[in-house]
Parts: sequence; structure tokens; C-alpha cells
Amino acid sequence: MVPITTLHYLVVAAALFVLGTIGVLTRRNVVIVLMSIELILNAVNLNLVAFSRMWGLGGQVFAIFIIVDAAAEAAVGLGILIAFFRNKETINVDEIDLLKW
Amino acid sequence: MFLNHIYLIPLFPAFGAAMMFFFGRRLSKQAVSAVCVGAVVVAFIFACFTVVDYNQYAHGTGKPFEKVVYTWLGSGDSGLTFQKKDGTPAAFNVDAGFLLDPLSVIWLLFVTGVGMLIHVYSVGYMAHEGGYYRFFGYLNLFMFAMLTLILANNYILLFVGWEGVGLCSYLLIGFYFHRKSASDAANKAFIVNRIGDAGFTLGAFALAWYLGSFRFTDINPLLRSGHFAIGDPILTAAALLLFVGACGKSAQLPLYVWLPDAMEGPTPVSALIHAATMVTAGVYMVARSNAVFVLAPTAMKTVAIVGALTAIFAASIGLVQNDIKRVLAYSTVSQLGYMFLALGVGAFAAGVFHVFTHAFFKALLFLGSGSVIHAMSGEQDMKFMGDLRQRTPTTFWTMLVGMLAIAGIPGLAGFFSKDEILWQAWSSEGGAYRILWYIGFATALMTAFYMGRLIFLTFFGKPRMSHEVEHHIHESPASMTGPLVILAIASVAAGWLGIPHSLGGKNTFGKFLEPVFSREAPVLAAEEPKQLAAGEKEEEKTDPMEYGLMGLSVLAAIIGLGAAYRYYSRAGKDYKEPICEAAPPLYKALFNKWYVDEAYDYAFTGRRKLGPGEGNVRLGVLGLGEASSWFDSRVIDGVVNDAGWVTRAVATLSTWWDKWIIDGIGVNGPPTLACFAAYGTRLFEWGLVQWYALVMAAGLVGLLCFEFGLMLWLWIAIGALALAALIYLLLRRFVFA
Repeated sequence: MVPITTLHYLVVAAALFVLGTIGVLTRRNVVIVLMSIELILNAVNLNLVAFSRMWGLGGQVFAIFIIVDAAAEAAVGLGILIAFFRNKETINVDEIDLLKW
Repeated sequence: MFLNHIYLIPLFPAFGAAMMFFFGRRLSKQAVSAVCVGAVVVAFIFACFTVVDYNQYAHGTGKPFEKVVYTWLGSGDSGLTFQKKDGTPAAFNVDAGFLLDPLSVIWLLFVTGVGMLIHVYSVGYMAHEGGYYRFFGYLNLFMFAMLTLILANNYILLFVGWEGVGLCSYLLIGFYFHRKSASDAANKAFIVNRIGDAGFTLGAFALAWYLGSFRFTDINPLLRSGHFAIGDPILTAAALLLFVGACGKSAQLPLYVWLPDAMEGPTPVSALIHAATMVTAGVYMVARSNAVFVLAPTAMKTVAIVGALTAIFAASIGLVQNDIKRVLAYSTVSQLGYMFLALGVGAFAAGVFHVFTHAFFKALLFLGSGSVIHAMSGEQDMKFMGDLRQRTPTTFWTMLVGMLAIAGIPGLAGFFSKDEILWQAWSSEGGAYRILWYIGFATALMTAFYMGRLIFLTFFGKPRMSHEVEHHIHESPASMTGPLVILAIASVAAGWLGIPHSLGGKNTFGKFLEPVFSREAPVLAAEEPKQLAAGEKEEEKTDPMEYGLMGLSVLAAIIGLGAAYRYYSRAGKDYKEPICEAAPPLYKALFNKWYVDEAYDYAFTGRRKLGPGEGNVRLGVLGLGEASSWFDSRVIDGVVNDAGWVTRAVATLSTWWDKWIIDGIGVNGPPTLACFAAYGTRLFEWGLVQWYALVMAAGLVGLLCFEFGLMLWLWIAIGALALAALIYLLLRRFVFA
């Protein structure tokens, strides 16, 4: 059995990050995009916690900050989504093109 | 004694004029007559006593009596100083001073005497006219000015009198001012006179600048001291300028044109001013300045030539005029020409003598013509007179005496004076002026003719007037005929004062005047004996030529009168003018006064245009006005208009610049440029949020790679991934539904 080193955590975090990024860039549904953003944030959290084992508790503290921040951001994002939905009746990100030339 | 109060002489008529000015309107005609005529009578009597006193004072030496009443301008020797020509300072000093010497004695006597007679005459003549007090007021004002002129002791006070008589002439010629012709004539007289005045002023000031004083008693000794050369240019210029003044005042060529028109005034005015007194002021002034003229032979020649030409010119016009007063006016101009001829050849005493005699017979002729006009109920045209002999006998006989005097019939005044002039013209300077004698002789012939014509047409022949006029013919009242008789006696007797040696007389007149003129003789005799230019001590012997010439001039008079008798003494209603019969173009020219007034209208006043039609030109004063007006409206206003045009053009340019360049390029330019520039980049804005996110991610990766330098295959992988994502997104947006 291979010992679980910090690297393993980092790889997992990286994988989650990439998945989250792909989700943000690719998905059509705005809600899913927001979920992917959460995924990215959580991946970052994992990364921080992994490193906090080596370098002190600072990482964990910062992870708490990020969780709070993610929550706020989700709230705001959903608020924008709802406002936009009231306007345009769609949650398809392709149809949010008011800034199109 | 009277001499010390000589200043009162001009003041008597001045008082009369002042009375008329303040109270005239309220006075009755008798009061006006009493005051004004009385003033002149008193002046005359005073003048007579003054002359008696003067004779006592001078004892025949002719030394001048000078009385300075007060210093008018400047203040003694420390007054206003000016620089003379040679740089030394001199004081500008003009006093209210009076000078009495033989020359002014003569003028004083005949001016007051004839003036008095004319004032008396005017009482009768103007009895039925309006403006009675105004007339006498002006007449008195004239006497005041004339007396100031002749009694002045300096050029400036003389000029005051000079201007004053010019003013009174204007006022009196335009007495019937509601007649345009009269008012025009008054303007003409004053304006033409003014031209002369300009010359006079320049001449007087030239003398003062050269010699340092205006006073005669200063100038004359200086000029006679032998200090100045004969032909001195400044003196010549001054003399010529003074003569210009005399031309204006005494109606010589070319400034005589006002005198015939001046006949618009009442007849006493014509008699006093334009026959006896004012027009002689020029002669007086030249005689007074004889010291200047004597040193300027060119000027003397000019005076003589102008005088002679004027004489014959005016006489020629007088031959065919129909208005009785106009004939006399031209006769006056002609006789004045004789006077200047005399002065010019150096016979100053002869010229003055002619002034003296002329005053009497010309005043007589004018007053007589006034009497005729009065009898004819205002008719002045000789064409409509005739056969007045029995009906106005006193007028006839007195005018006959006057006519004989002017024609130069021996025994009467005109003969002696005119003959003296002609003899001097012949003999002066060894005959250098002989041609002037010929001119004078021809003039004498013409004078006799036209004066005879006047008398014969008026008093002889058949009556040519209308019946109502004929009905009213009457002899004039005593106030008018009295002066006529007195003047007739004077016309005869005055000549006896100057009977020359050749006829056995003593030439009292000439002797009396000698001191005034003779004192240049030492100067000139030393230099050039030929240049005799003064009434020098007359040779007591008589040249037989003088008798010959005398005979010739008498012959001329007789021929002239005889011819007039032949043509005019039996003139009926349709009498013919002999000149008109013989040479109609000549008659036309003479009748139209040689077109001089028309020529002046072309050249000097500009009342007539040169050339017909629209493209003609106007000369003279009005032409100057027209030219100035053209200049103003075309050139000046043109410049103004062009300035305006330029302003508008600049404004248009500014507008264009502002609109297209500033606003176009400056203000709108950058946005437009930005628009163009942005057009390209705009294409990349699809409004896709995920595309933005992708770009952000790519940037992040790029930053990381830049920082950490990852390996190439990783780069390729990431690049492929990004590209795949982009293509997928684009497809999803633009192609799939």
C-alpha cells in the first residue's frame, strides 16, 4: 500500500479544479455553472487544508474564510440569476448576450 | 482844435448808424432823415474845418498829421513780437490812429461832400420805399467805414474800413433782399471782394514782415531811405498782392464782375458806393502805398496794363447795354481803369485827380439816372425811354453836364483829368507806355460814344414808353434835383483845380499832392533816371506833343458824340443798334459781356458743367464739392464697404473652419476614429459570459506558465483544450438551436 502523501490531496484538488473549470466554461445551465464555481472553490479549500498539515493552521483558517466567501458569492450569484430570469425568462447562458455588439 | 478831434469825423455817421440800429424802427421818416443826413452834414462841416486847420498846420509842406487815439492791438513796444525777414524782432502794433496828409484831405473832402449830397438825395428818392431807417443806417455805417479807411494811419485799420465798406456794399446791394437777383448780386459782390481781400491781407502782412510795422509813417520813410533796391522781390510781391486787393475793391479785370450786378441796389447806393467812394478805395490804397510800388517797376507795369485793359474792356461792353445803370456801371469800371493806368505809369497825382473829378460827375450821372428812373416809374431800360428833355429839364441839363464831363469836353472836369492821364501815359519813361495811350485813346472814343448814346436815347428821340408811364413822367423833387445841380457845378469847377501848365494853369491839385508822392525822386534819380515813378517836380516847360495829344482826345470826344448823335438822337420805337447792324456776332458778344460770367461759371464756381450729357465734368468750387462727394461715396465708402465685405468673408471662413475642421476633425474626429478602431474589436464581443471566463482562464494559465516555465507538451495540451472549448462554445451558440 502506497502511503497517502500531500501529493495525493493536491492531485485530487487539481482534478476537482479542472472539472469545475470545465463545467464553468462548458455548461449551458447557469445553475450548473454556479455549482461548478462552488466546485472550484472547494478544490482550492482542499489544497489549502492539505498544505496546512505541513505549514501550520493558517491554511485551515483561510479555508474557513473561503467557505464563508463561497456562501456569500453563491447567494449573490443566485440573486443575479433570479433577477435575470425575471427579465429574460431563461437560464440558458447562451441567451445572456445583452452585451453582444 | 478840430485836428485833434479828427477821430470824431467817422464817429458822426457811426452815431447815426447806431441810432438806427437801436431806435430806427420806432422813428418817423423825418426823424431818421434828420439824424442820418444830419450826421453826415456835421461830418462834412467838421471835415472842412479840419482841413482848414491842417493847412495851418502844414503850411503847404504836406507833412502828415498823425493822431493816435489808443493802441488797439499789441501794447506799445513791448507788445507781441514777431520776427522780421532779416531776423530782427519787431513789435506787432496796430493803433486806432488817424493820419491826415494831402492825399487823405482830398478823399476826406469829396467823400463827405458827395456823401452828404447823396444822403440828401436819398431822402427824396427813398421816400416811398420800405425799410427807410435801415437804408439810412447802412448808408451811415458805410460812411463810417469809408472814413475809417481813408483816415487810417496803418494798414490794419485801413483794412477794417476796407472790410466795413465791403460789408455795407453787401448790405446795400441786397437791400431789396426779397429779390433773388439782388441777393445773388450782393453775394457776388462780397465774395469777389473777398478774393481781393485775401491778396490785400497777404500784401500788408508781407510788408510788415519785411519792414516791421504796419504804420504808413513808419513804412514810408524806411522805403524812401534808399535802403532797398528797385525791383526788390519782396516789395514787388507785396505790391502785386496789394494790387490784387485793389482789383477786388475797385473792380478791375478779372475781379470786376460784381460791379455791374451791384446795380440791383437802390440808385443812391450805386452813386455813393459804386461810383464815388468805395470803388475808389483801391485807388486810395495804391496811392497811399506809392512808396512800395515805386520800388517795384514790375508791379507798376502790371497796374498800368491791367488798368488800361480794364478800361477798354469795360467800355466795349458799355457800348451796347440797354439798362441805364448798367451802362454807368461799366463806365465806372472803365474810368477806374484809367485811374489805375495813371497810377501804373507813375502819374499818381493825375490818377488821384481823376478820382476826384470822377467822383463828382459819376455821382451826378448816377443820381441823374435815378431821377430818370424815378420819373419813368421804375423803368430802367433805355429801349423804353426817350424824349424826356422837356419833361425833366433839370435832370436833363445836369446829366448833360455830366456826360460832357466824362466824355472829356474841354472846360469840364473830366477833360483835365483824363487828358493828364493820357499825356502821362504817352510821355512816361520815354514813351515806354505809348501803347497804353492808344488803348486809352480808343477807350475815350468809346466813352464819348456810349455816354452820348445814353443821353440821346434817354432824353432825345421819340417817346418809346407805354402810355401809363408817359403819363406819370414828372421832374423829381428838390431834395433830388438840388444835389444834381450842385454836382453839376462841381463837375465843371473841380477840373479847374488841376489845370496843367500847358494850358496856363497852376496845377494846384498836383502841387498840393506833391509832398505825398515826390519824395522818392532822390532815390530814383540817383539810380536810373529813366525810372521816373512819381509825381516829381514837374518840368515847368510844356512839350508841344501835349497839345497835339490834347487835340486828338478832344477830337475823339467829338467824333464819339457825333456818332452817337447820328444814330440815336432821333430814335423811334424801332431804332436799330449800329453795331448790331454792322457786325451781329460782335454785338452779341458785347451784349453778353464777352461771356465772362459764363466763363467764371465754368471755371471757378462750377455752376455750369463742361461738356454735355452724363459724362461731363464740373470745375471750380462746386466741382470740388462734386469731386469730394464722388471721392467720399466711391473711394471712402468703397473702402468701408470693402472692409465690411472682408469682415464677412473672414466670418464665413471662420464658420467653415469651425464647422468642418474644428468640429469635424477636432471634436468629432476622435470618436469617429474610436468607432472605426472599435469596429474590429467589436466583433469579438459575442456576449458570451463563458467566453469571457475562458479568456480569463487562459490568461491565468499564461501567467502561471510565464512564472514557472512549464514544459512544452503541457502547453500544447492546454492549448488544444482551450481551442476545443472555444470551438464547442461557438458551435453551441451560433449553430445549435
